[in-house]
Amino acid sequence: MTYFPEEVVEHIFSFLPSHSDRNTVSLVCKVWYEIERLSRRSVFVGNCYAVRPEQVVRRFPNVRALTVKGKPHFADFNLVPPDWGGYAGPWIEAAARSCVGLEELRMKRMVVSDESLELLARSFPRFKALVLISCEGFSTEGLADIASHCKHLRELDLQENDVEDRGPRWLSSFPDSCTSLVSLNFACIKGEVDSASLERLVAKSPNLRSLRLNRAVSVDTLSKILLRTPNLEDLGTGNLTEEFQTESYLRLTNALEKCKMLRSLSGFWDASPACVPFIYPLCHQLTGLNLSYTPTLEYSDLTKMISRCVKLQRLWVLDCISDKGLQVVASSCKDLQELRVFPSDFYVAGYSAVTEEGLVAISSGCRKLTSLLYFCHQMTNEALLTIAKNCPNFIRFRLCILEPRKPDATTNQPLDEGFGAIVRECKGLRRLSISGLLTDKVFMYIGKYAKQLEMLSIAFAGDSDEGMMHIMNGCKNLRKLEIRDSPFGDGALLGNVAKYETMRSLWMSSCNVTLKGCEILASKMPMLNVEIMNELDGSCEMEENSVDPSRVEKLYVYRTTAGARDDAPNFVKIL
Amino acid sequence: MAGLGFEETELRLGLPGGNDAEEATRSSGKRAFEETIDLKLKLEQPACPTENEEDEEAAAADVIPAAANSLSSPAASVATGGGNMKRSPSQSSVVTAELPDPEKPRAPKYVLLHLLCMPLLHRVMLKHAVGWPPVRSFRKNIQSSQKGAGAGAAALVKVSMDGAPYLRKVDLRMYGSYHDLSKALEKMFSSFTIAGSCGSQGMKGMNETKLADLLSGSEYVPTYEDKDGDWMLVGDVPWEMFVESCKRLRLMKGSEAVGLGHSEGDGEMQEQMLRNAYLHASGISCKDTALLFYVS
Repeated sequence: MTYFPEEVVEHIFSFLPSHSDRNTVSLVCKVWYEIERLSRRSVFVGNCYAVRPEQVVRRFPNVRALTVKGKPHFADFNLVPPDWGGYAGPWIEAAARSCVGLEELRMKRMVVSDESLELLARSFPRFKALVLISCEGFSTEGLADIASHCKHLRELDLQENDVEDRGPRWLSSFPDSCTSLVSLNFACIKGEVDSASLERLVAKSPNLRSLRLNRAVSVDTLSKILLRTPNLEDLGTGNLTEEFQTESYLRLTNALEKCKMLRSLSGFWDASPACVPFIYPLCHQLTGLNLSYTPTLEYSDLTKMISRCVKLQRLWVLDCISDKGLQVVASSCKDLQELRVFPSDFYVAGYSAVTEEGLVAISSGCRKLTSLLYFCHQMTNEALLTIAKNCPNFIRFRLCILEPRKPDATTNQPLDEGFGAIVRECKGLRRLSISGLLTDKVFMYIGKYAKQLEMLSIAFAGDSDEGMMHIMNGCKNLRKLEIRDSPFGDGALLGNVAKYETMRSLWMSSCNVTLKGCEILASKMPMLNVEIMNELDGSCEMEENSVDPSRVEKLYVYRTTAGARDDAPNFVKIL
Repeated sequence: MAGLGFEETELRLGLPGGNDAEEATRSSGKRAFEETIDLKLKLEQPACPTENEEDEEAAAADVIPAAANSLSSPAASVATGGGNMKRSPSQSSVVTAELPDPEKPRAPKYVLLHLLCMPLLHRVMLKHAVGWPPVRSFRKNIQSSQKGAGAGAAALVKVSMDGAPYLRKVDLRMYGSYHDLSKALEKMFSSFTIAGSCGSQGMKGMNETKLADLLSGSEYVPTYEDKDGDWMLVGDVPWEMFVESCKRLRLMKGSEAVGLGHSEGDGEMQEQMLRNAYLHASGISCKDTALLFYVS
């Protein structure tokens, strides 16, 4: 194809849907490499330390959309110490120097400072979209800079970030000339919000399709806003606890009824059961519903609402819905594709109103289910076998039995057979999280059957190194492996070292790997960063006498072209 | 059986927390939360393998729920892969027992008898490992602030007292502790007991102490129905947990409260437990008994 003019080749490349496809064509020959890199518009960096920011912006100077992910997944659960890293600064600075055309930035689990946000706002005149997920390190002042300087801002999406509240001025910082907002999500902002500013902003944003408010927004403000957004598709409500005044809620229903395009509903912060009937008129058109921040709604309120949502595809709830409630979901929501059931009680391991029965009911009623996150009190092999048979289309299957190492609730056996059935039947499975009592056998099954598996999360499972070896040798497409509190040691770590080059990362914490094993790994595989973390702050005071000091508490291994990073804190040792 | 070293095991009868016989047999009809959590598990490294595989699960369930409001900071939590049994620090009121690793043998020195009221305690309170259950901190923070603010509907529950002509209703969220609740109940039901016991005499002959005795002594046992529909003794679980799970309250007359850890029933309970102890020791599984203990 080298006799085609460059523009033609470039045009052909533009049809390639995925990053990996484009990566592949760039390897064909130098000409293609050059064409591909100069025409690349979107770059995805799965691990911010796998490559230097300067390398990325040098290779792809015309990038418009950049996605970068920072901390390992287990950072979500406080397993990664603070100040570990994942700084957005170097990325934003590198882009500011070399890619003036940047329009979109998406970051997940990174530390973003207000200075970086200001630099971002000032450096890219065409900047359109900022999406921050599970990030930290910035305040509402940084957001004010984004609002005031990004004249063409279309999307400001803040999901579950830890944002320091420095006042509501950020919302008033959008200039009058800014009329381009399509998506605004500030649900995670903790502080007060100026209602008048919010109403003004909404009034001048005719293209607004997605709006997620925070807990500070009142019912009346919500009603006023909704009257201005008849084309809204996705809504996150504000506060619905207000002392119940029928007129307010009637106004709300009227406003909601005008939103014929509304498909997705979330928020419901502290919603009182009395407000639920006012949502009923909307239910029949909803495809997405998130009630997982509403512990105040009980089983009966939830089912009354959900039974009306016949088109529902995505449902997030708390386990107070109970097995009975899940049966209602199963009989009402035949199009359900994604279900997440979160625990309402974190302090008592094991108690939940949701068991294997709820999931079996769901599986028999919702045959289109592909994505599951399910926290429950107990599980059985028989139930898992039934579920696997009913729903062979699972892509994501994450099961968390609240009590670690809990066996089959009826037979007291390990749950190996149940999970074995899942991996055997669900041939398209890409993500799996296992829990309960599990021996090496379950890993044998996973290694044997889960050929499409890309991400595996293991906790309190397995008997010996053999377990992990099954995974390392069997799962050909594995990209991310994260393990905690399982008896895998150096034998498993070193059993297939070449595999790590094909993976994004490995996390092991509270396992049996030793310093020696990690050193061997580092010396055998120079293209990996082997990071070990041993906290020195006394959190292991009870362990000191009984634990082998050469045992590595936390291990994070990832492939990289960037070498050892220079921003590591003192509790991180890179071998 | 001889090889199990029974002579080393120490059978404890009565309410947990007592290391001596007197404490154990002391009756307290009103089981305040503070008493139940003072549990000291003294366990050592295994010396000989245990013969009873069921004990693994029994041991797991063998822990009394501890203070839920001690939101264990990560620094205080222990996350180990092995799951060794550890001695709980006497200062902390949280029992630090992790689930035993099924493959590692255990041989604790002490046998611990855990007095339970019916139904069987199915909730296990572990000093939780860091980051378990795997829920994002954002979500955990939101939910703890929701609970703390007492957000949502009032926790109105019916209160019945055996013998009283009508029921009352209380909002559990109005009270911060079991003590507050009991004071309120005393006030609420004083009119019945006064009328009942003194007839036309009115207040004469009845005073607060007598009423307190009535409620907290041998006459009435405070019980509640939880989310699962089971009748539980008031005072076992942390206050917040109780408020979440209590559906109705019943002040049960002492004579009906046999088997609920009631003071007058102690003798019968102890006998039953001894019987169960020997059953369990001989390897007979008794999952449904009100008794769990750990035998070396």
